[in-house]
This record gives sequence, structure tokens and C-alpha cells, in this order.
Amino acid sequence: MIEFQMPSLGADMEAGTLAEWLVKPGDLVKRGDVIAVVDTQKGLIDIEVFDEGIIHELLIKEKEKVPVGTVMALIASDKEPVVKQEEKMPAKITEEKKPVEKLPVTEMRHGIKVSPLAKRIAVEKGIDLNLIKGTGEGDAITKEDVERAIVENIAPKEERKIDSTESIRMAVAAAMSKSNREIPHYYLETKVDMSKALVWLSEANKQRSVKQRLLPVVLLLKAVAKALTEVPELNGYWENGLQQKDDINIGFVVSLRSGGVMIPAIHHADKKSIDELMASLNDIIPRTRAMKLRSSELSESTITVTNLGEGNVETVYGVIYPPQVAIIGFGNIAEQPWAETGMLDVRPVLNITLSADHRATDGATGSRFLMTVKNYLEKPAEL
Amino acid sequence: MTEQDIKQTIFQLLKKIAPDTEPEKLKPDDDIRRTLEIDSFDALQFVVALDAHFGIETPEADYGKIATLRQLISYIMKQKK
Repeated sequence: MIEFQMPSLGADMEAGTLAEWLVKPGDLVKRGDVIAVVDTQKGLIDIEVFDEGIIHELLIKEKEKVPVGTVMALIASDKEPVVKQEEKMPAKITEEKKPVEKLPVTEMRHGIKVSPLAKRIAVEKGIDLNLIKGTGEGDAITKEDVERAIVENIAPKEERKIDSTESIRMAVAAAMSKSNREIPHYYLETKVDMSKALVWLSEANKQRSVKQRLLPVVLLLKAVAKALTEVPELNGYWENGLQQKDDINIGFVVSLRSGGVMIPAIHHADKKSIDELMASLNDIIPRTRAMKLRSSELSESTITVTNLGEGNVETVYGVIYPPQVAIIGFGNIAEQPWAETGMLDVRPVLNITLSADHRATDGATGSRFLMTVKNYLEKPAEL
Repeated sequence: MTEQDIKQTIFQLLKKIAPDTEPEKLKPDDDIRRTLEIDSFDALQFVVALDAHFGIETPEADYGKIATLRQLISYIMKQKK
């Protein structure tokens, strides 16, 4: 029997609350299927399963908060005989999606008409009948009205936003404190003349529709991914020694407009073309801002890239996201004086920094990595 | 389409991209991106939305011509002619 556990969605996560099961016993699941939604400091996260089999038993209930590593469900692998579950599990499990927000049930306003069934559902689901407009006879609130309200989720959204902003702040605080406490960082920096890369990019964009246009950051991501294939020591975790990872999953820092950051992973960045990387960003950035990420996107980054981008400061020295061992920082591309072959010129210059874990690697490795990134950016056609 | 209509549409599109900002408070010569703190990713989404909505095509080379509200409105009016 395979144990499906509460996953760790980052070094800072200790527990999660099961918001909803999306499967029931007897369901066939395969790798990558989203089977549960878990409420974390980073919002509601879709949790994927990494095994194939049949759901045998759901061990924890919705709304239950459990520590990371707790077995949440048992999955019978294809080879095991499947036990019939129907009699054992009540059909209740398949109940329709529950609203995330619970509303306080307040006193009903005077003279409000509501059907008994509607009232019962509203009480069960914590829906305030005062906020519902009845469409039944004599404006009575019907079962359908309540169900619509559940779907529309007439919750106090503002309150929820403040909560998630605060909890993200706490999640960032926990991860960064751990990093600063445990990881001896070293910092390296180099400057890159971006003229060729920007010319390449503007030529490439002339041939693309506005929807497919590329941003400079995809070149940076591609250069980092390629450089990591040559200097793999920076791609991995520090867990009782350096654990190098085969997959290159770049965590991309997305700042949230309400404050705080989230770091979704761009999986297999080294195997993606420039256009595929742009498509990944187009997918992942809006989902991050809407807090709609999958568990694998929050837990599988093997290195982090922070890109401050246009209009911002020149240099950023990142704090490593544990248990990773490196973070690469890109500043604003800005015109600067540039000396080359005895001549002085003005060029668009990018400052790249590397913060790395000195337990895992030394400056020589870091330097080799940064110089490789720089070389790629100077020869964009090779990316 | 009047200047006022274009302005209202711009506000709506900006609101969609940066929901917590108040584009209505932009002064004609404010730099839109800097004032509303729109990053390069969202700026690109904004251009995509503008192009789709007004049926125009904004080449990358013209990004510099649409930095402020005043510039953007006159750019759209010219393109639509």
C-alpha cells in the first residue's frame, strides 16, 4: 500500500489543513493527478499524487489540520488486489465542493421567507441568509438560491486577502530566518554587456505576435538552465551533505502586489526552448498572483532566480531558499560606461549575482557558473 | 470612439492587470508603469490587452511612445485612424 502524505511545500511549512478531497475510495489515480486541496500559508494549493493506483482509504477528514508527513490516504498500487470500498465508505465523501469561506450565520432579518430545506443547507454551509435574494414565491429563498450563493461564495473577500497577505509574510519570514541562521552564504557578482542579447531579442520579437513576445528574463532563465548543466553542483539541496538534483527546476521569484513573494518552479527549464520558457512564465505568473499553484510547483524547485527587472535597482544579493544551495539575482539592465579593448563605450549592462551555500560549494565553483551564464548571454544565438 | 471612451477602456484594462491600483488617479503625464508599479510581465499583458481591444498592433519599438496616459491616448487615436 502506498502512503500519501501531507507534503512539505517549502522549508517553512510545518502543517497544512485539508480543504477538500477531490477523490474518493475506489478512484483510479495516476501520477500528476490533483487529488486534494490543502490550505497553507501560501493559500489553497492543489496537491498532486506521484504514484499510480487506486484510492484505498482516505484517512483524514476535510478541515483537519495535520503536520507535514502525516499519512492522508492509502493508495493501492495496480499490482495489489483492490478491496471493494463502497460499503465501507459512506457516499458522503463525494459531496459537492465545499465553499472555502465560512460565513457567520447572523440573525435573519425580519420577515424573510425561506424554505426549510434552504434554511438547513444555509446553516450547514454557514451561509448568511440575509445576503441572499430570494427568487421563490413571494421572494422566498429557495434551495437553488442558497446553492447559488455557495457557488458565488459571497464571502468577505477583503478579509481573506489580508489573512493570506499576512500568512505569506510569515512564511517568507520563517524561510528567510532559517536561511540566515543555518546557511553560510558567499556572494559573487559579475557584469554582462547585454547589447547582443537585446538585439537578438528585438529581432526575435519582430517575428512574433504581441502575445508570443519574449521578455529579456527568458534569456536569463535559459542561460541559467544551460549553465547549470555545466556546473550542476549548484542545482540541489543541502540535506546532510550536498544532494545534487538531476532535474533542473528553476524557482522563479514572483512578487505579489499585496506584498510578499512566492516561488513557483519552472520544471525542466534546461529542456525547454526560449518560447517554451516564455509560455511557462505566461502560465505561472498569473496563477501565482491568483494563488493557484500546484504542490509540485511549490516544492520541487532546485535553485532560485530572482529578477528585479526593468526600472529597478542594479544589483540584488539574494537569500537562499532552504534547502537549496544557490540563488541567482538579476538587476535592471541599464546603460553604463563599458571599457573594452582599450576603448570606452556605453552599453546596456546587467549585474548578475550569485549567493551560494559555502557548505555545498566554494567560490571557484560559483565563479565558474557565473562566467558560464555570462558567456551564454554574450552569445544569445547559442541559447 | 472619443478620447474619454479610450481613457475609460484604458482604466478598465489597467484595473484588470493591477486590481489594487487606482488608474483613475493617474495624471496625464504620469509614467503609467512607474506610478502603478507594473512590472515588465504585466506591462506586456497590458499591451496584449490594448492590441486586442482596440484592434491595433503595437510593435516593441513603440513601447517608449506609450509611457504616459496622454501619450497612450494619442497613440491609440492615431493607430485607429
